[in-house]
Amino acid sequence: MKILTGNDLRSGAVTWWNGSGWSLFVDDAVDVGEDAEEILAREEAARRVNVPYAIEASIDAAGHVRPAHIKDRVRALGPTVRRDLAVPTAQKTGWDWVI
Amino acid sequence: MYRYDQYDQAMVDARVEEFRDQARRRLEGKLTEDQFKPLRLMNGLYLQLHAYMLRVAIPYGTLDARQMEMLADIADKYDRGYGHFTTRQNIQYNWIKLEDCADALADLATVEMHAIQTSGNCIRNISSDHFAGAAADEVVDPRPYAELMRQWSSFHPEFTYLPRKFKIAVIASEKDRAAMRLHDIGVRIVKRDGEIGAEFYAGGGMGRTPMIAPLIRDFVPIDQFITYAEACLRVYNRYGRRDNKYKARIKILVHELGAAEYIRQVEEEFAHLLSVGVEPPREELARITEYFAPPAFVDGPKAVDRSDPDFALWVDRNTHRHKHDAYVSAVISLKPAGGIPGDATSEQMRVVARLAREYSFDELRVMHTQNLLLPHVAIRDLPAVWQALDEAGLGSPNMDTIEDIIACPGLDYCSLANARSIPLAQRISERFAETGRTEVVGELKLKISGCINACGHHHAGHIGILGVDKKGKENFQLSLGGSEAEDVSLAKITGPGFDEDGVVAAVEKVTDVYLAQRSDGERFLDTYRRIGMEPFKEALYG
Ligand code: HEM
Ligand code: SF4
Repeated sequence: MKILTGNDLRSGAVTWWNGSGWSLFVDDAVDVGEDAEEILAREEAARRVNVPYAIEASIDAAGHVRPAHIKDRVRALGPTVRRDLAVPTAQKTGWDWVI
Repeated sequence: MYRYDQYDQAMVDARVEEFRDQARRRLEGKLTEDQFKPLRLMNGLYLQLHAYMLRVAIPYGTLDARQMEMLADIADKYDRGYGHFTTRQNIQYNWIKLEDCADALADLATVEMHAIQTSGNCIRNISSDHFAGAAADEVVDPRPYAELMRQWSSFHPEFTYLPRKFKIAVIASEKDRAAMRLHDIGVRIVKRDGEIGAEFYAGGGMGRTPMIAPLIRDFVPIDQFITYAEACLRVYNRYGRRDNKYKARIKILVHELGAAEYIRQVEEEFAHLLSVGVEPPREELARITEYFAPPAFVDGPKAVDRSDPDFALWVDRNTHRHKHDAYVSAVISLKPAGGIPGDATSEQMRVVARLAREYSFDELRVMHTQNLLLPHVAIRDLPAVWQALDEAGLGSPNMDTIEDIIACPGLDYCSLANARSIPLAQRISERFAETGRTEVVGELKLKISGCINACGHHHAGHIGILGVDKKGKENFQLSLGGSEAEDVSLAKITGPGFDEDGVVAAVEKVTDVYLAQRSDGERFLDTYRRIGMEPFKEALYG
């Protein structure tokens, strides 16, 4: 599936397109199919997101949205070396999921 | 320590307000990201993996307690309670919000600090020997010359859009503790027939094409120092490649022209500039030098009570000979076994600030090894300093050992990374601490970068590790034999890369070979240089 991610303009926080807005949680990400370019352009112009881009992802065995590239998995959870600073739901996903 | 004059302060304050306005316009949508990005980068604000990242300049790595306390306050107020000290003697905050950034910069300006020229294709923070002003072996304190260069290079209109970033290091001893020859320009202040002057090296660097800077002039009289630097930069600015960012650093120009031709052009430009007169007045150097007058050292005991073995080990490992025999420079390790190299919490920063105030004439340094330093500690005060450091988790006795790893932020923070470097550093330091081999192995400089940009100096590691992407998986190339000291050399790759477990095991194997083969007094690097790569290859791949 294709999902969208970017950073919040004000805070810089990593966000994911959930179909109607930008969520902090990767599990909220939805498949945008062919609509990626249009949503990206519209949302960036409205400053609801900064430097967004589309990525490949899949749903893993446990039902979590899993970005294809390790870089986006690190973005989804936070630095693997500072688990205390993880995105709140990250603990459920588990750090093994990143690598 | 240098203090801002009214011009310095006015420029920094004006820049804060200018940035405040730029950030406001970005948030209101009057600037696009494409328009805003160069503006925020000029003020040290990057967008990294998880958030904005702010890089704050610490000129030649020198700061006082008040400044360190402000760095701690900023960590608490605008970030998440910690900061990362870097190989360029700066500090980076990983979680700054765009909407807060101008406030953070305004706070910094109150203690004469800023983030200007910490990014972009300009002359970056000037780095220096962390023992400057304290080292027994220095010709003079190099910092007045570094400060003169800071003033010259700050807002220099001609050098704001260079072909690429430009990094300068200034030292003043035979020993090189600043990786001087791996900089775009390296300067060594020297004395010849009683006259102070500067030795210039140009075209060094790391990154994807590491190069050791050749000597381009063995003596520039000190009253022509800035003029000569200007000539070096002018030739680069004119002919450095702007068509390809991977070939845009001065090292490529010097390499492609050949050192002799680059020198010829610099000399020509130098002669021209001498006739124009661009050198700052001598009084300016004299004025600056006054700020770096040595503190009022007093006599005292020259040795410590070694009855506590932990304390004795720390003194042996982490203190460095001082000009004054009743003092030492004390290294504050930011490398606890299993910790994140270079990270310090706001609480730790405050402890360090207090120690500086009480025991080091209000002076601190950031070392390029991502540690901190109290430059002038009376030997009498060492037990108290050690105790306070130890309580704060800052007392690891591991300077220049395999636990004293340089590691860039890597894929845990950096958007350019291929692989994570911090977890590797953690595993290796933990492993060697556990097995007690750190002491057995002795001096061994291990350096890790998460990609070819080489921010973690892996080319210059006795052992270097480079993170690469292998079909979407983290993979690590091992290299051996680098040095960034006066015996500078570039490390060579051992062979095929390893996964994370594999590279940790490989580091152990490499140290096994060293321990088996070393002769008396040899460091790892010496043994490697004597026996060559083959025995190590054999152990790794044989
Ligand atoms: C996390 C954000 C960072 C980014 C985006 C970044 C980017 C880069 C890039 C692109 C280069 C290669 C330049 C070239 O070869 O032309 C480079 C080199 C370098 N960076 Fe970083 N860096 C980052 C963090 C750091 C940190 C944390 C340090 C200090 C620990 C650092 C110190 C250096 C050094 C020493 C070099 C090699 C020297 C040279 O410029 O040749 N950088 N960096
Ligand atoms: S070496 Fe690469 S991964 Fe490491 S900080 Fe530099 S750019 Fe990032």
